Amino acid sequence: MDRFLPLTALLALVALPIDAARSQTTERAPDTMAARVLACAPCHGAEGEGTSDAYFPRLAGKPAGYLYNQLIAFRDGRRKYPPMNYLLEFQTDDYLKKIAEYFASLRPAFPQPVPPVDSKEVLARGEEIVKNGDAQHGIPPCSACHGPALGGMEPGIPGLLGLRAAYISGQLGGWRYGTRTALAPDCMQIVASLLTEDDVKAVAAYLSSRPAPADPSFAPRGSLPMPLECGSEPH
Amino acid sequence: MSRTSTGLLVGLLLALSPATASAQQKAADPAVIAKGEYLARAGDCIACHTAREGKTFAGGLPMKTPFGTLYTSNITPDPQTGIGTWTSDQFYQMMHNGRFPDGGLVYPAMPFASYTQVTREDSDAIYAYLRTVPPVKQLNKPHDLTFPFNNRSLILGWRTLFFREGEFKPDPTKSAEWNRGNYLVEGLGHCGMCHTPINALGGSKQSQAFEGGLIPMQNWYAPSLTSNKETGLGDWTIEEIVDYLRKGVSAKGAVYGPMAEVVYNSLQYLNDDDVRAMAVYLKGLAQGGAPEKASTSLPSAESSLLLSFGKSIYDRDCASCHGATGQGMPPDYPPLAGNQSIQMVSAVNPIRMVLNGGYPPGTSGNPMPHGMPPFAQKLSDDEVAAVVTYIRTAWGNRGEPVSARQANELRAATLN
Repeated sequence: MDRFLPLTALLALVALPIDAARSQTTERAPDTMAARVLACAPCHGAEGEGTSDAYFPRLAGKPAGYLYNQLIAFRDGRRKYPPMNYLLEFQTDDYLKKIAEYFASLRPAFPQPVPPVDSKEVLARGEEIVKNGDAQHGIPPCSACHGPALGGMEPGIPGLLGLRAAYISGQLGGWRYGTRTALAPDCMQIVASLLTEDDVKAVAAYLSSRPAPADPSFAPRGSLPMPLECGSEPH
Repeated sequence: MSRTSTGLLVGLLLALSPATASAQQKAADPAVIAKGEYLARAGDCIACHTAREGKTFAGGLPMKTPFGTLYTSNITPDPQTGIGTWTSDQFYQMMHNGRFPDGGLVYPAMPFASYTQVTREDSDAIYAYLRTVPPVKQLNKPHDLTFPFNNRSLILGWRTLFFREGEFKPDPTKSAEWNRGNYLVEGLGHCGMCHTPINALGGSKQSQAFEGGLIPMQNWYAPSLTSNKETGLGDWTIEEIVDYLRKGVSAKGAVYGPMAEVVYNSLQYLNDDDVRAMAVYLKGLAQGGAPEKASTSLPSAESSLLLSFGKSIYDRDCASCHGATGQGMPPDYPPLAGNQSIQMVSAVNPIRMVLNGGYPPGTSGNPMPHGMPPFAQKLSDDEVAAVVTYIRTAWGNRGEPVSARQANELRAATLN
């Protein structure tokens, strides 16, 4: 029995402040969105600014419609990532919309772009696809839908700057292999399937090497003539 | 495996018979349909009979069991692929006795062992409601069971051991409220499917009803509803139990894991009287008496080191929401001191909450829940073990210490 004594003693010590604490337990959790979405912070940062883990994206400042589409897709299993699928499984459309609007409204500073480790040729190939596409292989330029400044277009098209190469190539891979899907017609699934492994690497390298704008802004809804129909961006 | 084809054949025959035709044409009373919709909520039919992003009640949801994967069936009124040709007698036969219209045996993943208690009147109301939902033409997917479990006749053995047919009989010595609660909890609510230990044959034992158990394949522990040491609700007020069941959060704790699904799809839709009746019945299940002291197999020196390590992690990562002394900020940040769900014999749930975090369900009573962050990336197995040991034993909590190995094993638990 006495081998439990130190444990008992410790319990007795920590038990002392309980009464004091109980008398003031009327304190409520903050009634704010920031407190409600603290669960997102370990991976996405307290303000959606991202973390040092390159696979977890920045959320802040993306179009609310885009974020909402992703939250719904995770909840319903159309976009597969078990930790996200699990967290969102029993949330309503209304609440997911509020979460999307909250992160869309935040403007934490962008991280410095990582100095590119890839060769000039790889970066040049990436820049070519991003700005001009590859007509020979039917690949539209990224800028056609994501905007000349790559800031995205309301309501559903995200900006492409401020993301890390590992995340970008992970998403393009996700479309190719079906772990990330969007409402039909799934335009990014079509585009990603046209890219070679080297194209993916080049696009990710180029995009992640670009400095993010100090004040990110989206192109207004419908302002870009999109070369493809996208289920997630209603016309 | 041949259920679809035989069902189809039976369906075609029935469709030709005049008795069925008249049964189908008789329009049900709107009040009965509304009652049926409510009871279908109480039975949580939608949770299993609707696939992710699938059509409502069209089935096709894979249900992983230790014996293989079952696919739920289409219960829309489509005559070819759903239950459109079933009569109310046949529907009752399924609910009450676990048999298809052709006499075939239903796998007990369908909780007919609980639904057998549902009254004929309520079964007919659910039937009437299901006839009004949009028919969906979607063939049932064949089950994918391993040998020998793909042999349906094995169900006969299971039934002999675990199935007791019988409609609910009120206990005249108890209040009407208690009896209503008993009916909902034991019948449509089918709470015992998770909260009673499941043996190796996939059966739940009447003698251990509501004593809790690990839910197969999901790696969540469904706590005992009878022991105060677990989630026995003897210490909870009726109001707290009602909040927990309807809103998903309460002053004593929040729902998480598979119970979040039950609140989200079913309990939040029940009316005040029914949830209160369930609370009265559940509270009455609790066996009185103070919870016993925990005994630990860890040497004391090791456990005190573990505790001080755990406290340092708690103070850094947990105390800002759950409070320096585990008092929480209820209901949004649940209290940990005195929280039974943390002290249960099985440490599976507290370990998983630390690893995976979680949100209580969004309900009409709590539409924008506060979430708990996952710590799987941030904390090592040793750190998870230390902090869970700390919350299980601090502030008068009586749980046992957990090991890094237990924490590690649950990193691979299925999330979704």
